[in-house]
Amino acid sequence: MTRELSYLRLLEAEAIFVMREVAAELERPVLLFSGGKDSIVLLRLAEKAFRPARFPFPLMHVDTGHNFPEVIEFRDRRVEELGERLIVASVQDSIDAGRVNEETGPGASRNRLQTTTLLDAIAEHRFDAAFGGARRDEERARAKERVFSFRDEHGQWEPKAQRPELWNLYNGRVRPGEHVRVFPISNWTELDVWRYIAAEELEVPSIYFAHRRQVIERDGMLLADSEFVAQRPGEEPFETSVRYRTVGDLAVTGGVRSEAATLPEVVAEIAATRVTERGETRADDRVSEAAMEDRKRVGYF
Amino acid sequence: MNSDGNIDNPLDAPAELLRVATAGSVDDGKSTLIGRLLHDSKAIHDDQLEAVERTSRERGDGRFDLALLTDGLRAEREQGITIDVAYRFFATARRSFILADTPGHVRYTRNMVTGASSADVAVVLIDARNGVLEQSKRHAFLAATLRVPHLVACVNKMDLVDWDQERFEEIAAEFRAFAARLGAPDVAAVPVSALHGDNVVEGSANASWYDGPPLLRLLEDVDLEADRRALGPLRLPVQWVVRPHDDEHHDYRGYAGQLTGGVLRQGDEIEVLPGGARTRVASIDSFDGPVDEAWPPMSVIVRLDDDLDVSRGDSFCHPGTAPRVLSTIDATVCWLDERPARPGARYLVKHTTRTARAELAAIVSRTDVEDLSLLPSPPELALNDIGRVTLQLASPLLVDSYAENRTTGSFILIDEDTNATVGAGMVAEPPPPDDTPHSPNVVWQRGSVGREERWLALGQRGGTVWFTGLPASGKSTIAQALEARLVAAGRSAYVLDGDNLRHGLNGDLGFDAAARAENVRRAGEAARILTDAGTLALVALVSPYAADRDAVRARHAEGHLPFFEVFVDTSLDECENRDPKGLYKRARAGELSGMTGIDDPYEPPANAEMVLVGGRQLEQTLDDLVAALEETGLLPGRT
Ligand SMILES: Nc1nc2c(ncn2[C@@H]2O[C@H](COP(=O)(O)OP(=O)(O)O)[C@@H](O)[C@H]2O)c(=O)[nH]1
Repeated sequence: MTRELSYLRLLEAEAIFVMREVAAELERPVLLFSGGKDSIVLLRLAEKAFRPARFPFPLMHVDTGHNFPEVIEFRDRRVEELGERLIVASVQDSIDAGRVNEETGPGASRNRLQTTTLLDAIAEHRFDAAFGGARRDEERARAKERVFSFRDEHGQWEPKAQRPELWNLYNGRVRPGEHVRVFPISNWTELDVWRYIAAEELEVPSIYFAHRRQVIERDGMLLADSEFVAQRPGEEPFETSVRYRTVGDLAVTGGVRSEAATLPEVVAEIAATRVTERGETRADDRVSEAAMEDRKRVGYF
Repeated sequence: MNSDGNIDNPLDAPAELLRVATAGSVDDGKSTLIGRLLHDSKAIHDDQLEAVERTSRERGDGRFDLALLTDGLRAEREQGITIDVAYRFFATARRSFILADTPGHVRYTRNMVTGASSADVAVVLIDARNGVLEQSKRHAFLAATLRVPHLVACVNKMDLVDWDQERFEEIAAEFRAFAARLGAPDVAAVPVSALHGDNVVEGSANASWYDGPPLLRLLEDVDLEADRRALGPLRLPVQWVVRPHDDEHHDYRGYAGQLTGGVLRQGDEIEVLPGGARTRVASIDSFDGPVDEAWPPMSVIVRLDDDLDVSRGDSFCHPGTAPRVLSTIDATVCWLDERPARPGARYLVKHTTRTARAELAAIVSRTDVEDLSLLPSPPELALNDIGRVTLQLASPLLVDSYAENRTTGSFILIDEDTNATVGAGMVAEPPPPDDTPHSPNVVWQRGSVGREERWLALGQRGGTVWFTGLPASGKSTIAQALEARLVAAGRSAYVLDGDNLRHGLNGDLGFDAAARAENVRRAGEAARILTDAGTLALVALVSPYAADRDAVRARHAEGHLPFFEVFVDTSLDECENRDPKGLYKRARAGELSGMTGIDDPYEPPANAEMVLVGGRQLEQTLDDLVAALEETGLLPGRT
């Protein structure tokens, strides 16, 4: 007799295991929830790991203030449905407190500033573990990321000093002030995430489906026309049908031309795409070869 | 990600996941091969290709360098080498692949060990011009040490040796011979040119003499089923206790964990270790509702019939198949830290969901990974060294040998000062049974060949299947038919029949309780020897007393030998009806005393692995038996 698990269920079982390990071995975990598809999957995995009990950790959103209103509305509704606690750490507060300075000029965004807000919030709440929805398929530096990613007291990532991860034995030991970032869906691809959302019939914010929107075309990306995107000379907003592959700071997150309005259509499009998620939709990663590696070193998600 | 529409309906994800680790020495072409694999299986996106083209141009390379697709960290790009393990993902219509790309240099042995620890397949790159070098042997050795079940020698740069068939076969034969010495169970070899794409994803006209599949097909065809069938005994380490503090679930108490061996069913009797308390599984819960059974690697929540004190670090098993509870562990360790390991040093041992303090009591030997020679009692294990050690634990752990279970047989060592993960350990096979001889002058002769080695060479594992039941219940018939079927399928099986044993080994014994106990003990010892030798011992013996049978079971557990008890549950009436030897008749007539079932009790087993009821077709009974033996790992896959 053969007993099988589909590979998605296998990835699911592995992620549930990781979440329970963190709950058991660390004192004050937190789950980073942005309202984006990856963190939506994390919430479902947390339900699978801990229900019928409540999650043994709160949720936290690092809010850039540059939001799609649909996403914030969804975020609050989902938290309410789950009956869990949400902490909002705001980049605006960090700016007001003088912890960071707003970027100016063309291409300005709050993506980089999030790092300080995140680290401040981790310190303030004395979190020693933070779940994130990052995946190894996203980018070359991420491919070397551990599932338990150790951060020193400055929140920094040192690629050469990562702890070896063997079998399913994770070492999450930290000293006060240090923390681990934990990525339960490290081994999932973007397509896996969508397939899982479809299989679990998870709700996602409406911006993931094709909708008509005023956009500006910049460097081959379609940025939402909003108060956060300063128009450059020669740029003319126009309306078209777009869908988003990631949610992030509105100012640097591009949509893709799409007519995919249902989950199966989106999955079909993702399966057929010729461009990576980050390449298509994240202006900030295009800056340099090692952009992501550099940001990660200083404590980015 | 498959983008060619090979998957008709994108919601029909490929069913299987294969974890692959690759190793090769610098310049063998590993990065090129992986780039080729990803590129030709369409896992590379246009923007990634553009980035590689851009970099290739900037560097002034004449051609598009596939290797650039995989070098992730800046230091790696600068030095043009792989340092850390990188994970890649691609899929075909049949399987999804997680590829751990590990560096091959001896300085990064620890990273290869990391990548291989959970791999199903290890791909070892060999440069066709250089042949099987010491480093290729080292890679094969590490894969075998980590017990990666499948090994592939990828003979690259065949274009540079003019696709010389003889050259390939010479390399393949040498590699196979070496792998066989290591006990690697499944070895394949494929001739490729990563640079030109021959035999990577597509076949090659250049190698018309090669009739095997290209590398990707080979990976798609690796037989995971056989690996999966050998689930072994139940292992479920408790990770987390689920206790909702609300009114609706007032009394809910669930034990969450991931199965790492065996099959758990609702209603099963289980033992909670290390305490040993027994209870039954009230339900197996999941977020999607209760399930009837669970198997590895499912993450589940178990509720128990009884209110026991169970917490993280405890473990569930079926009665009689418990792991060893050890305070001293012999293990093979790969050292991962700059600071060497020295005898007397203290570490934390993290094993499944339990962590214990330990002292490194001794370093028994170190393996020279270049030539595989053994150095006894080295003063230390330095970074990347592999050696045999003894650990003295402050509190016991529930372990299997790594050969039996890659999860319950593995651990990591943590340095409490730095919190670094400093060592990776694999629990050694248990020493031969600790027979306490009557004469103090008799000492156990330790053979030079280990049991696992012997079993591997035979291609099968030993085990005892113990048939108990009333006289004439059908034990011998079933055991003999099973023996015939197994032997016909090429397996070694041997029936130890109670009646036959009484003609020789047990010829001096009568039928009183003491003699019966001794009869059972001797049969049990004979079965242990056969089992240790790698045979399936099929014991057909009335063995009426539970205590005697349990003693045999315990002896097997002690020696870490599989024991599978089958209760042939034919009613007394039926047995008496059959009465082939006329024993019942004689007993009823008072000509025979001490007849089991008539004037001597039969104590049916409460925890037999299997109960066979009468009145069924023999073939059907055998099918069920074989299926159950496969399930527990006593038989591998189809017979
Ligand atoms: N002729 C030929 N050259 C190859 C082949 N595979 C790799 N190479 C070359 O060998 C060199 C080393 O390859 P690379 O993939 O960087 O090796 P790695 O160090 O193992 O990752 C590069 O110049 C490749 O172009 C092959 O199949 N045939």
